[in-house]
Amino acid sequence: MSQKPLLEVENLRIDLSIGDTKFPAVQDVSFTIGRGETLGLVGESGCGKSITALALIGLLRHPLSIGGGIIRFDGREIQSLSPAQMRQLRGDRISMIFQEPMTALNPLSPVGRQIAEMFVLHKGASWRDAERQAVEALASVRVPAPERRVKDYPHQLSGGMRQRVMIAIALACSPDLLLADEPTTALDVTVQAEILDLIRDLCAERGTAVLMISHDLGLIANMCRRVGVMYAGRIVEERAAEDVFRAPSHPYTSGLVASLPLLGARARQGRHRLMEIAGVVPPVAAFPAGCRFHPRCRASTEICVAADPEVTLLPNGGSVRCHHHE
Amino acid sequence: MKIRANLLIGGVLFATVILAGILAPLLAHTDPVMDANLMFAEEPPGGEFWFGTDAQGRDIYSRVLYGARISLTVGIVSQLINTVIGVCLGLSAGYWGGWWDDFVNGLTNLMLAIPSLIFALAIMAILTPGLTSLLIALGLTNWSFTCRLARASALSLKSQGYVQAAKVLGYGDIRIMLTQLLPNMLGPIIVIGTLGMGGAVLAEASLSFLGLGIRPPFPSWGSMLSDARDQITTAPWISVFPGLAIFMTVLGLNLLGDGLRDILDPQSRTRRA
Amino acid sequence: MNETHGDTIMRVENLAVHFPMGGGLFGGQRRWLHAVDGVDLELKRGECLGLVGESGCGKSTLALSLLGLQAPTRGRIILDGHDVSGSAGKDRKDRARFAQMVFQDPYSSLNPRQTVRTTLEAPLRLHGVTSRSEIDDRIADVLKHVGLRTDQAERFPHEFSGGQRQRIGIARALILRPKIIILDEPVSALDVSIRAQIINLLLELKETLGLSYVMISHDLGVVEHMSDRVAVMYLGRIVETGGWETIFTNPQHPYTRALIAAIPDPFSRTTGVKITGEIPNPLNPPTGCGFHPRCPEARDICRIPPAPLLEAIAEDHLVRCRRVGEFA
Ligand SMILES: Nc1ncnc2c1ncn2[C@@H]1O[C@H](COP(=O)(O)OP(=O)(O)O)[C@@H](O)[C@H]1O
Ligand SMILES: Nc1ncnc2c1ncn2[C@@H]1O[C@H](COP(=O)(O)OP(=O)(O)O)[C@@H](O)[C@H]1O
Ligand SMILES: [Mg+2]
Ligand SMILES: [Mg+2]
Repeated sequence: MSQKPLLEVENLRIDLSIGDTKFPAVQDVSFTIGRGETLGLVGESGCGKSITALALIGLLRHPLSIGGGIIRFDGREIQSLSPAQMRQLRGDRISMIFQEPMTALNPLSPVGRQIAEMFVLHKGASWRDAERQAVEALASVRVPAPERRVKDYPHQLSGGMRQRVMIAIALACSPDLLLADEPTTALDVTVQAEILDLIRDLCAERGTAVLMISHDLGLIANMCRRVGVMYAGRIVEERAAEDVFRAPSHPYTSGLVASLPLLGARARQGRHRLMEIAGVVPPVAAFPAGCRFHPRCRASTEICVAADPEVTLLPNGGSVRCHHHE
Repeated sequence: MKIRANLLIGGVLFATVILAGILAPLLAHTDPVMDANLMFAEEPPGGEFWFGTDAQGRDIYSRVLYGARISLTVGIVSQLINTVIGVCLGLSAGYWGGWWDDFVNGLTNLMLAIPSLIFALAIMAILTPGLTSLLIALGLTNWSFTCRLARASALSLKSQGYVQAAKVLGYGDIRIMLTQLLPNMLGPIIVIGTLGMGGAVLAEASLSFLGLGIRPPFPSWGSMLSDARDQITTAPWISVFPGLAIFMTVLGLNLLGDGLRDILDPQSRTRRA
Repeated sequence: MNETHGDTIMRVENLAVHFPMGGGLFGGQRRWLHAVDGVDLELKRGECLGLVGESGCGKSTLALSLLGLQAPTRGRIILDGHDVSGSAGKDRKDRARFAQMVFQDPYSSLNPRQTVRTTLEAPLRLHGVTSRSEIDDRIADVLKHVGLRTDQAERFPHEFSGGQRQRIGIARALILRPKIIILDEPVSALDVSIRAQIINLLLELKETLGLSYVMISHDLGVVEHMSDRVAVMYLGRIVETGGWETIFTNPQHPYTRALIAAIPDPFSRTTGVKITGEIPNPLNPPTGCGFHPRCPEARDICRIPPAPLLEAIAEDHLVRCRRVGEFA
C-alpha cells in the first residue's frame, strides 16, 4: 500500500479555449512522484510548466481547463473532489510557492497572521496558538528575529525574506507535496542558494515531496533526482538528473545543455561557441503537427513532420519522445 | 475587433453636433440673430418652425444649429488650451522633479481646491464678456486633471529602459519628453481631454446662463436657456431644445471618452499584440 | 602623467556616487547613501570587463556615471585619454558617440510607439547624419550585424520576440559606432535557449567591430564565458579584480568564493554556500570591512575601521581583504 506513489499523473491534457476552439496547451503529460521524492520540471518559458502545476492544485481558471487524463493524489482522483474538498487539500496536503511572492502574499496583513491563518484554517488551532506557531514557523525558515518579523507587512521585507515567508506558509501544515514554481528566479545567486538549501532541508525533514519547476537546468539537476524536460506542452524526456547533463537523449535537451555557459567549462575546455537553438517556443494555438520540436530541431527528417513520436523507454531508465533519440 | 457601443453612440452624437455646427448656414431656415419677428413670437413647434419660436419670434431650430458652433468652439479650443498647459506642466514636473515639481504640484493643488467654475466666473467678471474671454477663462481653469495625469505618467515612464537609452544616445531633455514620453501617455490624455470638453460645453452654458458668457443676441445654448427662464411654463419648447442640445453634446463626449479609454487602454493593446 | 595610454580605453579613478537621503525641507538629518564608493577600474581596448555582485551593490549606478547620466560625487573618468568627469549632461552627445549601453529588459527598453527604423534613425539625425542614403546604409549595416533583415525595420517592437528585441537593443547601441558598450545584464531576462544566441552575437560583434565591453551580470557562468577581466563589487567597492582565469580558478576574497560556491552544481546534490544573510543597507554600512557580518572567515580585526585597501597579491590580481592568504 505504501508503495503506491504519492502523485500519479496520467495523460494529462490542459485545454486553452480561444473563442470556441480548444487547443491543447499541455498534452499526454504523465509522471509520478513518490513520497519525499523531488521531481524537476525544466523547459523554456511558455512550455506549460506553470499550468501543469496549477492543474495539480486545482487552480486552473478560464480560459484554461483540464481536458483529460487522471491526476491521482494519494490514491484519490482530484478531479472528482468537490471544490470544498479541494480547498481542504490545498495548503494542508499540497501547497505551492511562486516566483514572485508579492503576488501571493496579502499586502494588507502582517506576515505572522498570514502564516497563523494556515494553522487556524487547516489544523483548527486557536488564533493565540497559531500566532505562537507562526513565530516557530518563521524561525524554521531561518528568518532572524522572528518575534519581531511576524508583525512586518510583506512590503517591508526583501525579496529573499518574502520568499522565506512564502515557504513558511507553504510548509506550515507539513504538506505531502510542495509545488515550487521558479521559486528563486527573481533572487540573487547567494539568496537563491540559501532558499534552495532551505527547501531541501525542510522537505527532507518533513518527508515532503517536491515538484521543482525552473528554466535553469543546472539548478534542477542540483536539486532533483529525476528531471522531466518539457517542450510545447509535452514532456519530451524524463531521466535521472545526472544523465540529463551527461547523456541527453532528446535533441531539445542536448540543445539546452549545450547552450548553457556552465561555470568552469571555459577553464576546462577553453571558450567554445555556445550551441544555439533557433526560433522560439510556438504559441499554444500554433503548435506544429508531428513532433512539436521539429521546426527548431537540427536532426529533423520527414518522419518528424509526418508523425508524432511515441514515448520510448530508455535502457538505463527514463523515457524520451523522439524519432531519432540518441 | 468589435466596436464598443459607447464609442459608437458617442461618436454618432458628437459627429451630429459637429455637422450641425458646420452646416448651420445651409440647414438653418432663418438668420439666428436678425430675423426677429414679433408677429410669430412664442409659436409652438410645428410645420414652419420645427422647434417653435422664442419671445422675439426667432426660429429656435436655426438658433440651436448656430449655437452648436459656439459650444463646439468653446469646448474644443478651451480644452485644447487646458491640455497644452496641463501636459507642459505635468510632463516637465514629472520628468525633472525637484523644486519645479514641488511648484507645479502646489499650483495643481491650489487649482483643485478652487471649483473651476467659480474661478472662471471670477475671470469673466474681470474681463469683458465675449467669446475670447470665455475661451481664456475656461482654458486657464481646468488643466489640473490633465496635469496630474501627465505628471504621474512621466514619473512612471521616465524609468523605462527606452528613456534611459535615449539619454545614452545624447537626446536633450525636451526631445526626450516630446519623442519618448509624450507619445506613450497620449491615450489617457485624449480620454481626459474628451471628457473635459464635455465639461467645457457645460461650463459655457452655465456662464452664459448667468449672463457672464456669450452675450445675447448671439445664440449660445446657455444664453438661450437664460432667455427662456420666464416662459418655462408657458412656452417650454424655448428651453427644451437648447437643453436637449447640451445634453446630447455632453453625453456624446462622455460616451466617446469612455469608449476611447477602452481602446486606448494599454492593457487591451497588449492583449491584441 | 601620461593620460593617452595606448592600451587603455577607459580608466576610472576613485569614482564615488553618493545619493542624499532624508533631510529636506523640514529638517531631519540628511544622510548620504554611498552607492559607489571609490571605484578604480581600467578597461583595455577590445576587452570585456565583467562586473559582478549582488543587486544593490552599485553596478547600475556605476554604469550610469560612466555614461554621463549620473554625476559622480568625486573621482575621475578618463575616456580615451580625455578626462570627462564632472560634466554629466553637457557632453552627453560627445559621450554618446563613444559609449553606449544595452539594457536588461528587452520589453521596457524599446519605445513601443517607434518602429525599429525610427529607433535607429533618430539618433543618427541627432548626431548630424542627414543624407538619406547614408542613413539607409547605416541602418541596413547595423541590422545585418545583429542578424535582423532590413524589411523588419518597419515593424514595431511588439512584433518581435524577446531575443529579437534584444538584437534591436544591440543595434541601437551600435548605430552611433561607439567604442565602448556597457551591457547591463544583457541576457538575464532572456529565455535559456535565446541566451546562447545573444552571447554568441555579442562576442562576434566584439571581434568584428573591435568593441570594448563592460558587462554587468550576476550569472557567473555568463561572466566566465564572456569576460577577459573580472571585477567583483560589494557595497559600492571593488573587492577583487583580476583576469577571468585568476578569478574563477583562484579566487581569494571570501565574497568571490561565496558567489562562485552559490551556483548550483548540476553534477552534485549539495550546495557549497558559505555565506548567509543579505547585502547590508548601504545607508548604514558595517564598520571596517563591509563584508564582515556575512564573512565566514571574519575575525575581530575585520571589524576595526578603516576599511581594508584593494591590494595587489599577484600581477593583475587585487584583493580587498585584511586576511587574504590566511585561508586555504
Ligand atoms: N491565462 C492564460 N490565458 C491564455 N493563455 C495562457 C494562460 N496561461 C498560460 N497560457 C499559455 O499557456 C502556455 C503555457 O504557459 P505556462 O504554463 O505559464 O508556461 P511556463 O510556466 O512553462 O513558462 C503559454 O503558451 C501561455 O501563453
Ligand atoms: N537615484 C537614486 N537615488 C537614491 N538611491 C539610489 C538611486 N539609485 C540607486 N540608489 C541606491 O544605490 C544602491 C545601488 O544601486 P544600483 O546601482 O541600482 O545597484 P545594482 O545595479 O548593483 O543592483 C542601492 O542601494 C540603491 O537603492
Ligand atoms: Mg511559468
Ligand atoms: Mg542594476
